[in-house]
Amino acid sequence: MFEIRVHGRGGQGVVTAAEMLSVAAFREGRHAQAFPSFGSERTGAPVVAFCRIADREIRLREPVTEPDCLIVQDPTLFKVVDVFAGLKPTGFLIVNSHKDFAELGIADVARRLPPGHAMTVPASDIARRHVGRPLPNAALIGAFAALTELVRFDSVRHAIEEAFPGRIGTVNIAAAEEAHVHVVAAEHAAGVGDHAATL
Amino acid sequence: MLKQIEGSKAMAEGIALCRPEVICAYPITPQTHIVEGLGDLVKDGSLTNCEFINVESEFAALSVAIGASAAGARAYTATASQGLLFMMEAVYNAAGLGLPIVMTLGNRAIGAPINIWNDHSDAMAVRDAGWLQLFAETNQEAVDLHIQAFRIAEELSMPVMVNVDGFILTHAVERVDIPDQATVDAFLPPFEPMQVLDPDEPASIGAMVGPEAFTEVKYLAHYKQTQALRLITKVAGEYRSRFGRDSGGLIRTYRTQDADTIVVAMGSVCGTIKDTIDEMREEGYPIGLVTLISYRPFPSAALRNALAGAKDIVVVEKAISVGMGGPLAIDVDEALRNLPHAPQLHSAVAGLGGRPILKASLHRLFREAVVQPWEGTQFLDLNVRVVGREIHRSAKTRRSGPTAEALLRQLAAEEREAAEKGRA
Repeated sequence: MFEIRVHGRGGQGVVTAAEMLSVAAFREGRHAQAFPSFGSERTGAPVVAFCRIADREIRLREPVTEPDCLIVQDPTLFKVVDVFAGLKPTGFLIVNSHKDFAELGIADVARRLPPGHAMTVPASDIARRHVGRPLPNAALIGAFAALTELVRFDSVRHAIEEAFPGRIGTVNIAAAEEAHVHVVAAEHAAGVGDHAATL
Repeated sequence: MLKQIEGSKAMAEGIALCRPEVICAYPITPQTHIVEGLGDLVKDGSLTNCEFINVESEFAALSVAIGASAAGARAYTATASQGLLFMMEAVYNAAGLGLPIVMTLGNRAIGAPINIWNDHSDAMAVRDAGWLQLFAETNQEAVDLHIQAFRIAEELSMPVMVNVDGFILTHAVERVDIPDQATVDAFLPPFEPMQVLDPDEPASIGAMVGPEAFTEVKYLAHYKQTQALRLITKVAGEYRSRFGRDSGGLIRTYRTQDADTIVVAMGSVCGTIKDTIDEMREEGYPIGLVTLISYRPFPSAALRNALAGAKDIVVVEKAISVGMGGPLAIDVDEALRNLPHAPQLHSAVAGLGGRPILKASLHRLFREAVVQPWEGTQFLDLNVRVVGREIHRSAKTRRSGPTAEALLRQLAAEEREAAEKGRA
């Protein structure tokens, strides 16, 4: 089983990100479960959502406490929430920022993970270009597909289409694609080898 | 059709397949997405011959459902928590009048203190009202139970409440197989009411009954529930043969055959318990689970058979009868009462007001039940330090103020302290 925790703020599409990931995994014949952190969500308040992906029925209903992958949609959360709690030593880390981990002051966290498992992605900037608003969720799941190789980009594309039919879907797919390419190019530049995630 | 879908939306699609003719509901978290979904289906024309009635309160929602059902319509509503309490008088009336309404309860805690999260307090508050109460373990079962609920309700002319864990099921996106219309139609015939208000043949429903017959009316309601035990099993069997899936029934056993310890629970927590049991089995602990699907009627005989061979029973439930303990544990105790070598019963209350029930905590609980059994009711993961301080604080002064606020202040102070320590 592969467990993902998405951190962000109300209004950033945190819950939708987890749901789209589950839809992408489902398209590939896998079992997937997505659920929010069950709060009275308010715009701007810290929000958490979870996604589990497995090859068998997922029965577990507890929140994800030891994620295999963390997706952080808002880097200002580091000061407010213990975002990294429980992240597995073999885990993946995707942070929405145009800065690198050193500039964000979390180089030590990224360094503890295997090479090629941590990446910052300027998802809000990418979204602003394609979607017209800084909504980073589609771009980040595009980046997730590239970094973990747990779902194919094509499945991500379908999941976005299902969540946002029509033009909004098209522009979000474009954002996801650019983020996907960004991660692949960054991996290439860094010369990191194969690090695909397994269930 | 297999779908990756939000639980509420899946339930809405399942309920629509039952062709309800009147739907009335008032929004309340965490049930809202279900009736919203049904509203969409009525609006876009997927659900025809159905009147979606907006009402001004939960009391009106169930009252309208009562009127609609008495007029011969297949009626549906949904609510949760305080909403259920607000319709309480109508809840008793629907059962007393024998109207086959189906209601979804998106299980949620009851205030005060106000809390929007999941537990089973609301279901327990109406356990004596005369409704059948079924509990879903997964969103697949939630869909299947609604289809079975209409069938059971209408065969008996009794209202059925389908309980689904708020947020944990209603807001979870997971794989659900939505049946097709033809199979549901073959399983669920059109509603043929036992009693109906018809202007052409005037009759009254809801007579005043005095001491001369009230006992008999109540006896018959109880008798009908005992008949429902057989019907629930039969309907689940037929559902299996038509839909190819085990859903519903009275109870479901998991790894109980050679189990010394058997856990009894209801609803979605059974999934987490099964994972815990698998891990404990790996370590050699002979432990199993009985999932209770039908809470009312209470399947005492089925439960007794399933539990008779065990040494220890651990009841894990999301409700507290304040001043008594776990209400489900009391019912399970009744089922075991006359066994010659009754197993030891251990009662645990967990997941109140949305506190996550963790696998790690369940591991500790199940081991403790065998090795170091507790007296009375255990509150799983109780913050003993905070409770102790509050008892001490409120004992010191008469005007000690409200408990809930005092606890929150204490937790905030602890958090500040921890943060300062972290900085230092």
